[in-house]
Amino acid sequence: MTVDAGANVVELRAASLRYGARSLWDGLELDVARGEFLAVLGPNGVGKTSLLRVLLGLTPLSDGRVTVLGRPPQRGSPLVGYVPQQRTFDLELPLRGRDLVRLGVDGHRWGFRRPGRRAALADAAIGAVSAGDYAAVPIGRLSGGEQQRLRIAQALVSDPTLLLCDEPLLSLDLSSQRLVVDLLDARRRERRTAVVFVTHEINPILPFVDRVLYLAPGSWATGKPDEVLTGDTLSRLYGTSVDVLRVRGRVVVVGAPDEPDTALGEAGHAHRLSGDPEGGRP
Amino acid sequence: MSFAELLRQHFVHTALLAGGVTSVLAGAVGVFVVIRGMSFAVHAVSELGFTGAAGALVLGIDPVVGLLVGSLAVGAVLGALTVRGRERDSAIGSFLAFGLGVGVLLISRYQGYATQATNLLFGSIVGVSDRQLLVLAGVAALVVAGLAVAFRPLLFASVDPEAAEARGISLRLLSVILLLLVALTTAEAIQVVGVLLVLTLVITPAAAATRLTARPGVALALSVGIAAFATEGGILLSLVKPYPTSFFISALSFAAYVAARGGTAWRRTRAVRRAVPPTSPVPA
Repeated sequence: MTVDAGANVVELRAASLRYGARSLWDGLELDVARGEFLAVLGPNGVGKTSLLRVLLGLTPLSDGRVTVLGRPPQRGSPLVGYVPQQRTFDLELPLRGRDLVRLGVDGHRWGFRRPGRRAALADAAIGAVSAGDYAAVPIGRLSGGEQQRLRIAQALVSDPTLLLCDEPLLSLDLSSQRLVVDLLDARRRERRTAVVFVTHEINPILPFVDRVLYLAPGSWATGKPDEVLTGDTLSRLYGTSVDVLRVRGRVVVVGAPDEPDTALGEAGHAHRLSGDPEGGRP
Repeated sequence: MSFAELLRQHFVHTALLAGGVTSVLAGAVGVFVVIRGMSFAVHAVSELGFTGAAGALVLGIDPVVGLLVGSLAVGAVLGALTVRGRERDSAIGSFLAFGLGVGVLLISRYQGYATQATNLLFGSIVGVSDRQLLVLAGVAALVVAGLAVAFRPLLFASVDPEAAEARGISLRLLSVILLLLVALTTAEAIQVVGVLLVLTLVITPAAAATRLTARPGVALALSVGIAAFATEGGILLSLVKPYPTSFFISALSFAAYVAARGGTAWRRTRAVRRAVPPTSPVPA
């Protein structure tokens, strides 16, 4: 594969990550182009969040090479936005949504605040995610969907070229999921921001995803959703018979071993199916 | 002596100044303590400051020096242990218990005036000397400067650690910085209200303030204001009625907290109803 260093936002070559004796992924090859929407799928504990931490420059690779925007990942780079896994904010936390977004502008800076565009930048980012109505409400009082929109505003306020999202749809209702995904999709279309989206629920984002990176214990696969989310590929990844069903435009994985989180479809249905003796389990 | 005469006394002025200086520190640092849920760590730093002071008494040096050394040492250790702002109860409890045991031993070996030990436990603001006031002011200047410089990273790391880390902030460094500021603040507050009542200045005002506002800066100012109200009010009340100053301070501080709880319950409910459309569920 020929590599044009300027073309890709993310490049991983023969990348491996190990913690002690435990290997998370090995020989990983990945390119993410500008404006591309990459979904990172896989069961818990295969190193999805660790991959994001590598791209953030917080965790070094055990082996191989990684570049973000043509350079080794820079810790705290404003060119990389991050939407961390949702955590609940304390009800009494003295912080408004607006303050959360403002921290994205200059929260990492020491010393006294320089008068500047901080408020204007934050307000613009809040406007872009249509969160103006509740930007002054204590953050702990907002719904999960509202908090998540503000987190996206915080991540986008530095105008990043790469946006990393860790399970951003977790515990959101369907309409909030829709809103969040639409926001991300609009952003990458308008500003060509590459989106790396860690999830174990592919269906809400399936129409928008360009490519999938599927991490399984000990192996991985990458390609278009139709190439990766097949019985053959997943059976190879898991080393056991796995079926992928397409039901009314949704993907349901049946038979991935022992991992409730591998249910790519509506979790409840897939669970019941995977518990079924006819579901292909050994 | 009448109240008016007392107000002209030098020791009263010194006490009011020392109280004011301490309130600024305790109120400001307290906001971060409350946000990060580390009240227990403050309690530990305070009680181990007592151990340091008891050690100083036995060695025949200024107990304030022992106090500072003790709290700073513990603050540094706890800061390194509590990276994500979540205190580890069991670790802190273990340190605390052993340190106090050592403190008991030291006090039992101390042959001097028992009042010095009592003052450490229950506070002695009306006994603050001019020299002590100078030390208090010097330490206060250090803490205020530290807070001013670290304010934004400290807030970011406290309310949103994952995002803060992604923006290049070292959570461990900030945890250590905060615990060192807490240690210095605690050493000051001990001289005003005593080891056992440090929380009344470091926790209660901030807990009240964070109920009154959702703006970080305003919360800080309110917290300082409430701490000052309790401290200065407590000192003045103790001139009128000869109960321990620490009692009055804790009573006023607690009154402010109760008022903040009660007074905001209905206001918050109303504000939320106004701000959030009824269709969006508000998480409990």
